[in-house]
Amino acid sequence: MTRKQRRAAFIAVGLAILALAVGLVLYAMRDSIVFFYSPSDVVEREVAPGQRIRLGGLVETGSVETLADGAARFNVTDMVETITVSYRGILPDLFRENQGVIAEGMLLEDGTFAADTVLAKHDETYMPPEVVDALKRGGNWQGEGAEASHAETYGQGSYP
Amino acid sequence: MIVEIGHFALVLALAVAIAQTVAPMLGAYRRDAALMAIAGPAALLQLALVSLAFAALTWAFLVSDFSLKLAYDNSHSAKPLIYKISGVWGNHEGSMVLWVLILALFGAMVALFGRNLPDTLRARVLSVQASIAVAFLLFIVLTSNPFIRLDPAPFEGTGLNPLLQDRALAFHPPWLYAGYVGYSMTFSFAVAALIEGRVDASWARWVRPWALAAWLSLTIGIAMGSWWAYYTLGWGGFWFWDPVENASLMPWIVGTALLHSAIVAEKRGALKSWTLLLAIIAFSLSLLGTFLVRSGVLTSVHAFAVDPERGIFILGILIFFVGGSLALYAWRAPLLKTGGIFAPVSREGALLVNNLLLAAATAAVFFGTLYPLLLDAVNGPKITVGPTFFNLTFVPIFVVLLLLVPFGPFLGWKRADIQGAAERLMVAAGLAFVAMLLAYAFMWDGPWLAPLGIALAVWLVAGAASEIAWRIKLFSVPLTESMARARRSPRAAWGMALAHGGLGIAVAGIVGVTAWRAETIVALAPGESTQLAGYTLTLEAVGMRDGPNFEATTGVVRIDRGDRFVARLMPEKRRFPAERQEKTEAGIHTNWLSDIYVVLGDVAGEGKWVVRAYRNALAPWIWIGGMIMAIGGAISLTDRRLRVGAPVNAKTHAGARPVAAE
Repeated sequence: MTRKQRRAAFIAVGLAILALAVGLVLYAMRDSIVFFYSPSDVVEREVAPGQRIRLGGLVETGSVETLADGAARFNVTDMVETITVSYRGILPDLFRENQGVIAEGMLLEDGTFAADTVLAKHDETYMPPEVVDALKRGGNWQGEGAEASHAETYGQGSYP
Repeated sequence: MIVEIGHFALVLALAVAIAQTVAPMLGAYRRDAALMAIAGPAALLQLALVSLAFAALTWAFLVSDFSLKLAYDNSHSAKPLIYKISGVWGNHEGSMVLWVLILALFGAMVALFGRNLPDTLRARVLSVQASIAVAFLLFIVLTSNPFIRLDPAPFEGTGLNPLLQDRALAFHPPWLYAGYVGYSMTFSFAVAALIEGRVDASWARWVRPWALAAWLSLTIGIAMGSWWAYYTLGWGGFWFWDPVENASLMPWIVGTALLHSAIVAEKRGALKSWTLLLAIIAFSLSLLGTFLVRSGVLTSVHAFAVDPERGIFILGILIFFVGGSLALYAWRAPLLKTGGIFAPVSREGALLVNNLLLAAATAAVFFGTLYPLLLDAVNGPKITVGPTFFNLTFVPIFVVLLLLVPFGPFLGWKRADIQGAAERLMVAAGLAFVAMLLAYAFMWDGPWLAPLGIALAVWLVAGAASEIAWRIKLFSVPLTESMARARRSPRAAWGMALAHGGLGIAVAGIVGVTAWRAETIVALAPGESTQLAGYTLTLEAVGMRDGPNFEATTGVVRIDRGDRFVARLMPEKRRFPAERQEKTEAGIHTNWLSDIYVVLGDVAGEGKWVVRAYRNALAPWIWIGGMIMAIGGAISLTDRRLRVGAPVNAKTHAGARPVAAE
């Protein structure tokens, strides 16, 4: 094998791996990215049932109930629109009424939201920034809690 | 007074680090031995001063001196002793002091054990290392001073975040930092080599132990963090593709690539500039991780305080070191002489493919981690790149890599016989196939991909074992001869086999947990039972108990398998009055093949409690595998060749020869 052929072989392998990586990223981008919506967004943009989204807002006071089979049900509101969320699982330690929450899952045909993940804030003063934005857009931001950061994620409950 | 001494020591350390940055670099440039000689003692003095500062901080936590703001914010007199100590780094300021302490420790190690390095290289390495210390000491002193006093001193501290009140806090951050900071060492070597304009076998020989030490520390740190998340978060997951986790994974992957390419640079003199680039990128990603976690760009328990000033400062450090080193690389790397040509099918070629795949995997993780942040920064839509993205990108790339791993050790340098390697791996392939069939037979109701994952795991373990078997000529010579050969084999070979095998065990664990998890969630009154994967779980009682600084609701859950009693678990919900927070403690029973994992939830009306339980198949193997990998790294580190610093021609050394060439 000549030097030229050898170099060509290395470049071919490198390009093949690059193509593999780019291809996988583009493919994964198509349907594994989850958009964040407030309850108002969900109503305005008519989010289709079955599409995976993140729904964020405040947990409506007095709406949390634990059903007999262990599932939880609560309302997420941005003071304009309210959506009922059902979740089979143990709510995170920091989940509380009238505080920020993000539920990930999909809308059902009946307009309620089935969550498979519920994320609550990390500490007393923290409010998920998406929720802050959603409340601001809804004109209901009262400036409580910490300033919004560019935070994008927090774990289930809280994160180590 | 002690606190003030600590503060003073930290500022002195900054002054020493500045001297250590400037003088040796100048000395190396002018060939002035006196100036270069400053580097060693300065590195030791810097370590002594930073240690003093750290000790002063620890002392304030130990005696609960709440006139120190940091202790007031993060400690409490009723907190158990271990959390008082680990609480020192359970916060932003203290953790940065730990960062600098480890940085100084690595620098001092080069000063102590690097006497046989060429003078100029040693001076430049210590100078670059000190420049990193300058940046971070400035960061601490200017934006994150841990020694701020409160007047009047509060009577009681506000306590540590309950999630951090865990034994793992004593180990996870120090190991992780040792890994991050360990890459500062390879970075310093790379930058020093670029300035020198020379990379030779002895340089690569010097870099390898540091790359290995950093890699094994990071492996332990990541594994411990994952284990911590597993048992403390209450939903039995071990990896969440959270940006903070990705931030530690990226340097690990690039560090793994560095580990392998440094071998080629040492043994064959090829891939030199690529190795330098990897060393630069590994540390850049460590810095990026520090930036993501410490700046408040991401919010998690890892981000202790959100302060834009700090974020901008770290961003400045990041830009300076990454930009500076890459610019230096672009300018100087073309001057390096390349050597050691090799055929595509060869040990070098295999390691190059390993590197390309690892780089591609890093790129995928990098993209998935930073894309949402970038989109948000330009006011685009708010999106989340979740586990699905990483499962579709990182996982396939890694599967290709793992399939190729067992081939590497069977390929000879320069030109190899792939057919011969394949023949030697027939047994491993057969075992993998049998394992796949067994997995289909016993776990037929799981996802169809899972048995393939198990086959991959067995392929890795059996492949690693095959390499050792061929090396010691097992069964082809008398057993005593094989034993003698095993003893004579270099430790690096054993280390490699263990690391590759440990990887296989971890893969099995990951496949098991992902594919064969059984899960149930029910509301139970005391006395009631539920079924989970052949086990009967009975909630026997729920009671209250007081801990040292919390009160807990404890459930007693009895686990039976048929008529046989298995275990009694006590999952808890703890309330920390000082911190006004709750924390879930899972009850976990393991038989080393699978875990039964029970979490106690809220009251579900009429004297019932929500109980969530999982059967996590093969879960313990994830961390066992990780530990075996780390042990492999440690054994490699004790290899004679890595301890002997004097340059030895690779060709004349027995251990350098691969099995296939014999």
